Amino acid sequence: MKLSTKLLAATAMVSASAASAVELEVTHWWTSGGEAAAVSKFADAWNATGNTWVDGAIAGSGGTARPIIISRIIGGDPMGATQMNHGRQAEELIEAGLLLDLSDVAEAGGWADLVNPSSLLESCTLDGKIYCVPVNIHSAQWIWLSHSAYENAGLSVPTDWYEFAASAGDLQAAGTLPLAMGQQGWQQNIAFGAITLAVAGLDAWKGVNVDKNADVARGAEYTAAFEAVAAARAFAVGSNVQDWNLATNMVITGSAGAQIMGDWAQGEFAVAEQVEGEDYSCLPGLGLNDVLDTGGDAFYFPVNDDPEITAAQKEMAALLISPEAQVSFNLAKGSLPVRGDIDMSTANGCMQKGLEILASGGILPSSDISFSQDTTLQIEDLMAQFWSSDMSAADAQASYANLIENAD
Amino acid sequence: MTVASDPPLRTAKRPNRLFKNMMAKIASIPMILTALVVFVGGTAWTVVYSFTGSRMLPKTKWVGLDQYERLWDSDRWIISIKNLGIYGGCSMVLTLVLGFCLAACLDRKIRFESAFRTIFLYPFALSFVVTGLAWQWILNPDFGLQSVVRGWGWETFTFNPINDPDTVIFGLLIAGLWQGTGLIMCIMLAGLRGIDDDIWNAAKVDGIGTVKTYVVVIIPMMRPVFITALVLIASGIIKLYDLVVAQTGGGPGLSSEVPAKYVIELMFRAQNLGQGFAASSMMLLSVVIILIPWAYLEFGGRKNG
Repeated sequence: MKLSTKLLAATAMVSASAASAVELEVTHWWTSGGEAAAVSKFADAWNATGNTWVDGAIAGSGGTARPIIISRIIGGDPMGATQMNHGRQAEELIEAGLLLDLSDVAEAGGWADLVNPSSLLESCTLDGKIYCVPVNIHSAQWIWLSHSAYENAGLSVPTDWYEFAASAGDLQAAGTLPLAMGQQGWQQNIAFGAITLAVAGLDAWKGVNVDKNADVARGAEYTAAFEAVAAARAFAVGSNVQDWNLATNMVITGSAGAQIMGDWAQGEFAVAEQVEGEDYSCLPGLGLNDVLDTGGDAFYFPVNDDPEITAAQKEMAALLISPEAQVSFNLAKGSLPVRGDIDMSTANGCMQKGLEILASGGILPSSDISFSQDTTLQIEDLMAQFWSSDMSAADAQASYANLIENAD
Repeated sequence: MTVASDPPLRTAKRPNRLFKNMMAKIASIPMILTALVVFVGGTAWTVVYSFTGSRMLPKTKWVGLDQYERLWDSDRWIISIKNLGIYGGCSMVLTLVLGFCLAACLDRKIRFESAFRTIFLYPFALSFVVTGLAWQWILNPDFGLQSVVRGWGWETFTFNPINDPDTVIFGLLIAGLWQGTGLIMCIMLAGLRGIDDDIWNAAKVDGIGTVKTYVVVIIPMMRPVFITALVLIASGIIKLYDLVVAQTGGGPGLSSEVPAKYVIELMFRAQNLGQGFAASSMMLLSVVIILIPWAYLEFGGRKNG
């Protein structure tokens, strides 16, 4: 009660200061069907305040869009607001003083109490000041299973990774590809991350991904994990697709048994009008560990000389995290909301599983938060090499441990 | 007497040469400045910052040769260099040979010459991105050439270069040749047209065969044309980037990575400018190592001799 009045007061205050309508250009890379629908919810909410949302969608994934966004900010042609993954991607832009300090908006809105998990807000914080608005949570540790593929092979749908691995041979015998895998480093890295988390366990995973301890990466838990990844590589032989949604489509049509992919994959199932539990199943943490990482998207606001635009930027920051915008956006996007105090009962089964894990505190930091982009790309390169060649698990583990040793 | 009066005359003329065509020299000052500041200055800046630990933004945090050590330790860079070597060697030889053969065929006064010329030159009008995407589909085993030939009844036909790490670079080569050969053909054709008919008549009188005339007489006469073609092909090879991005994305795995892509990805995706600068400095160095001896032989050597 107290919270919502505070929030209302804050919004009223900010919107009163920006009486005239302002055009803000918002850049993002949400261009697939479900993503575009989600971003239009934000645009509608913003336009409803009397301001204008100028959509600056950049096609291609974050890897394509991020350099464009960053070079515009550095080059002195800043947009009004921009999507980025929170974490360390904007660290240097903040240090260079190119992004707007949102601490006053955050304080007025009481973000510190609202945002759940609080690590999201921490990743927006540098030297005690808040520079971004987290808008959603995405987790990568999911496996998506095709019911029709398992029915055709006369098998029951697995409930965890080990059952899946055991059933892979029978799937193959029935002429179905066990594991769909897009041949891109970041997808292979997601599969690697999910399998290591499930097989090596939480402590070992944290030792490597949070403490960056190379000895853990050389240890027995990670040896088992790398062997499991090598087995997964054998399950995915013959998967010649590149893009993640094409791999998801193989699961939808039943030509592949499963795919390891983040929770954004359920947007594809929704578009294909498949029903969770009937046509497909989802297992967070590969059915072994009830933990999810908490990567996601956040909005940053580049510093602007025009006080009117600055006021509008702060108004938008408050709007993006408001309960209404959070519910409508995240339902369309298939992601989890950043605040724990809103009603998400209309979400589907997979999202409910995610919400439960979030509420019970099974939360990990995303690798976007612990590793720099440089280290991430090096790991992705290693995974791309490992998945497309016959590199042995031991060699891959040794290279990986070296990367962890030099990680920053 | 003449010996004594000559030197003062020459010294009096020298300043004149500097101020000769004064207007032309003033007019070219902007271009000279652009060349110095943008090209030379930018190059020097890049090389200097390759010795720093710059991440997203350039910083003067000196790290010595660390960036270069990491570069040559990186599998991805080694693969990139090897790929460029294979692609460059094959592309250089095949483009010249095919371009010359096509030009020679068109030069035999065939019918519909201009139609053929247009057809061969057309791919060059397409961007590398379009070329890459088109060939990605043509070489796709499920939709492209392989499935078409299988559809004709040859069931065991296998042609799947871009999904195999060992052959993917040849898949790129096919697309690169398809796009680039037409231009080289046109340059060669222009060169061939510049050969006087009398040469051909003389060769005929001497009873030299057509092929032998081409190899022994015509090709040596076309040396400047070949050099132009060589420079065009070489610059295309070094900056090979968009074709790879469109056709394979560097995959499968890292098997079709190229140096220019390494530079771009490290600078912008990994947000590690220092490493990207080190890689681009290495590219510059390799060009310089090839270029300087060649330029010395081509231009400097002749003046001295």
